Amino acid sequence: MSSVEGSARHLYVHLPFCMHRCGYCDFVTVVGRADQHGVYVDALLAELARESASLADVVDTVFVGGGTPTLTEPDALRRVLAALPPATEVTVEANPETVTPELAALLREGGVNRISLGAQTFAPRLLDVLERVAGPDDVRRAVHTLRDASFDNISLDLIYGIPGQEPSDLDNDLAEALALAPEHLSLYELEAKPGTRFTHAWGDELTRQSEAMEGYFERIVETLTGAGYRWYETANFCLSSDRAADRDLRAHHNLGYWQGRDYLGVGIGAVSTLGEERRRNGASIGRYISALRDHEVGEEPPRKLEQLDSLTKAKERLMLGLRLDEALPLGGLEQAVDGGGLERMIAGGLAVVQGEPGADGGPFLSLTKRGRFLGGGVTAEILA
Amino acid sequence: MDQSRIRNFSIIAHIDHGKSTLADRILQLTDTVADRDMREQLLDSMDLERERGITIKAQAVRVAWKGHQLNLIDTPGHVDFTYEVSRSLQACEGAVLVVDAAQGIEAQTLANAYLAIENNLEIVPVVNKIDLPSADPDGAAEEVTQLLGGDPADVVRISAKTGINVDQVLDAIVERIAAPEGDPDAPARALIFDSSYDQYRGVIAFIRVVDGSFETGAPLRAMALGTQFDAEELGFMSPSRVPVEALVAGEVGYVITGLKDVSALRVGDTLTTRRGAAAKEPLPGYKEVKPMVFAGLFPSDSDQYPELRDALERLKLNDAALFYEPETSQALGFGFRCGFLGLLHMEIVRERLEREFDLDLIVTAPNVAYRVLERSGEWREVHNPSEMPAELEEVEEPYIHASIIVPKEYVGTIMELNNERRGTFDHLEYLSPERVHLIYELPLAEVVLDYYDQLKSRTRGYASFDYDLSGFQSGKLVRVDVLVGGEPVDALSLIIHREFAYDRGRLLVEKLREEIPRQMFDVPIQAAIGSRVIARETVKARRKDVLAKCYGGDISRKRKLLEKQKKGKKRMKQVGGVEVPQEAFLAVLNLDGDKKK
Repeated sequence: MSSVEGSARHLYVHLPFCMHRCGYCDFVTVVGRADQHGVYVDALLAELARESASLADVVDTVFVGGGTPTLTEPDALRRVLAALPPATEVTVEANPETVTPELAALLREGGVNRISLGAQTFAPRLLDVLERVAGPDDVRRAVHTLRDASFDNISLDLIYGIPGQEPSDLDNDLAEALALAPEHLSLYELEAKPGTRFTHAWGDELTRQSEAMEGYFERIVETLTGAGYRWYETANFCLSSDRAADRDLRAHHNLGYWQGRDYLGVGIGAVSTLGEERRRNGASIGRYISALRDHEVGEEPPRKLEQLDSLTKAKERLMLGLRLDEALPLGGLEQAVDGGGLERMIAGGLAVVQGEPGADGGPFLSLTKRGRFLGGGVTAEILA
Repeated sequence: MDQSRIRNFSIIAHIDHGKSTLADRILQLTDTVADRDMREQLLDSMDLERERGITIKAQAVRVAWKGHQLNLIDTPGHVDFTYEVSRSLQACEGAVLVVDAAQGIEAQTLANAYLAIENNLEIVPVVNKIDLPSADPDGAAEEVTQLLGGDPADVVRISAKTGINVDQVLDAIVERIAAPEGDPDAPARALIFDSSYDQYRGVIAFIRVVDGSFETGAPLRAMALGTQFDAEELGFMSPSRVPVEALVAGEVGYVITGLKDVSALRVGDTLTTRRGAAAKEPLPGYKEVKPMVFAGLFPSDSDQYPELRDALERLKLNDAALFYEPETSQALGFGFRCGFLGLLHMEIVRERLEREFDLDLIVTAPNVAYRVLERSGEWREVHNPSEMPAELEEVEEPYIHASIIVPKEYVGTIMELNNERRGTFDHLEYLSPERVHLIYELPLAEVVLDYYDQLKSRTRGYASFDYDLSGFQSGKLVRVDVLVGGEPVDALSLIIHREFAYDRGRLLVEKLREEIPRQMFDVPIQAAIGSRVIARETVKARRKDVLAKCYGGDISRKRKLLEKQKKGKKRMKQVGGVEVPQEAFLAVLNLDGDKKK
């Protein structure tokens, strides 16, 4: 059961509160409960203290996600930020309607240097479909407010494939987003996850338009790479370094996941991967609080554990690594590779292997552009 | 019993015209079964028989009526089992012909009635269901006498359901049907008209003693196959087994053989004794039943192959007509090429495999047996399109003599259908002013896929159909191969008349394009005769297939998703690097249905 002490250079903190639970969302969220913000943060900080031994001496990144972290009551949010270890990249997720000059100042003072803003779309009627509270003006205003507070690393989340979204809507969304000159963009195809209200309401429509979605994804990649962004991960783009004074604007926290590094997650529903163990905190806020709050150091909150053997680790490494634009060192991953599948992908012009086995971790596997568009299927082929 | 007091008869009826109900009523009326033990269709012992309302395995029941011994020999009621029917009829001196008072005569009834007349059986016509509001007993009686001759007044009008006049049927059997006329002192001869398998006692043969007598313990021999065994037990069914010391000339009963292989005793063979004077001549009419319809049976999950083999072995125990041999398909893996008497037989075997043995099967499109002239000058029978040489010089295919009965307004429709199916008109006759009997010669291959469905749907269910094989004729046949991703898919090859090859090939590739999911590469689908491509479609490659997002909390779930996807890929049949779902192999079965909609 022992996890590797002091291995995690990445910390995830979950603040679950939301004003409204959007129909498509399947994250662990808590709606309302303003009175619980304080006690939840007490418990969260207790868990962080309890688990701090898992963190490396130097932490590279912290990501505060949700929920809507910026909806957390200001004093509580301030206490969270104050308790975070210093890190090179500290990101907080924000909903546009919550961004005020006061909030921006609070975040800056709390050491936050990157904001991930959930814009989703600039078309009001599609925002309605998504049940988003913010309007297009809120997004623009939020970006300006953050710029005024001298945030120089802003990411926008956009969703495509919304029921009723026309190609012109997508073009418009991309143009609007680019006009705000974000350092980073995440483009997610709307997923109808089983069991969500959204799937219930829109599942059939999503099935109908799934073929048109193929063209949408190509359009996004063309538009954004044409505008000087680097398509560095399946769903993520950053301003390329030659346009950003040599800054590497990739989301370094997420890179940690994709490069298979250890991470510690605290809060309800948060997941940690520490050595051979993955654990997932329970989703119940009540049980989480009662386990942690009333104790000096706190009891362990309800968790599910998963042991990761070396084959599983290798498979994940392959699955995640193939999402990136950088070649994946195959050294040590041999057991996770289906040789026949890889051959077929290479023969079909979807994958490339270069280099020889050696100390550098080679050979190196990367996907061609078309291979990246088909990344899911290609990965399934290559995976043993 | 004195032969003069024995009557052996069977009941001939179309499905649902009330054969089993009449049999049930007879068992009750003769106190063979107590009322409280009665359950519907007692004689149809297999679940499948009761569900489908058809009799698959014949049985024989002895009942007593006014000092006489009556043996009711049940007959299978479907075209696939014509030979078995003919043997059952040969064991009788008469037959009760049951006609539904509302429906009138159907093709099946007619076929079996003709068979009965050919066997010199006395026919006792009965009109059933006279209690139904829609019944027309007089009309039905007219139709029957027009066919058989006689006086409509002699037609017994009954309701098997309520029991009305069933006693008159029994009286008519005693009065009109002749007593057996075998020689009780001649060397023993008995006709085997059915057999079944009991897991404790081995093969049980149902026999009609023609001459002499058989005693328990006697050493016996089947004359055609030469199989030897001792009569472990003799007896009759009433309706369960009642052992007796001996079965004598004229009687019907069973013999427990202890044999472990049903194919050691064939229906139609003659039993005689090995003690004392053995018969010199077998009874006439024995022939080996040969399967005419073939299909590949493959387990969906290749791990189930041994289970499929065991299940076929078990079915074969009770079904000497079932044929199977191992078959290996590049596309479907290991399975069996199975031969059936006809389509219903195939359907029944398939259903029993799935239901009783819990197997998940892929059944390829059925084809008939072909005779091919080899270079050596010898004829070879081919059961599988993929074994057929690509360029066919001289091929023969089986033909049937088809008998169709329809209301007269559908005659044109039937002629059109039969022309589409390469049929040759023989003749037609009016059974009544309203109903017509059409006789056609048709290639069996044109019937095996969906002929019966088409017949039913184009006549709104009014047509009835029966056939018997009329022999082989040469045909202008070609083999159409299907190539997926440039590689031939053996399980999709078909033999077809040259004239239809182009249309069928085009339909097939269109259908396959719909069934094969888009893949990472373009997948060409071609139909070809030899090296000549006659139709082509392309499944366009996918342009996008990504897992939308994946962060720290998603990794386990996404990994499991991919592992599942990978497992699915491994299960799908790979042809030339293309994943072909199982549904695609069934595509061939539905082509005509779509074409004519």
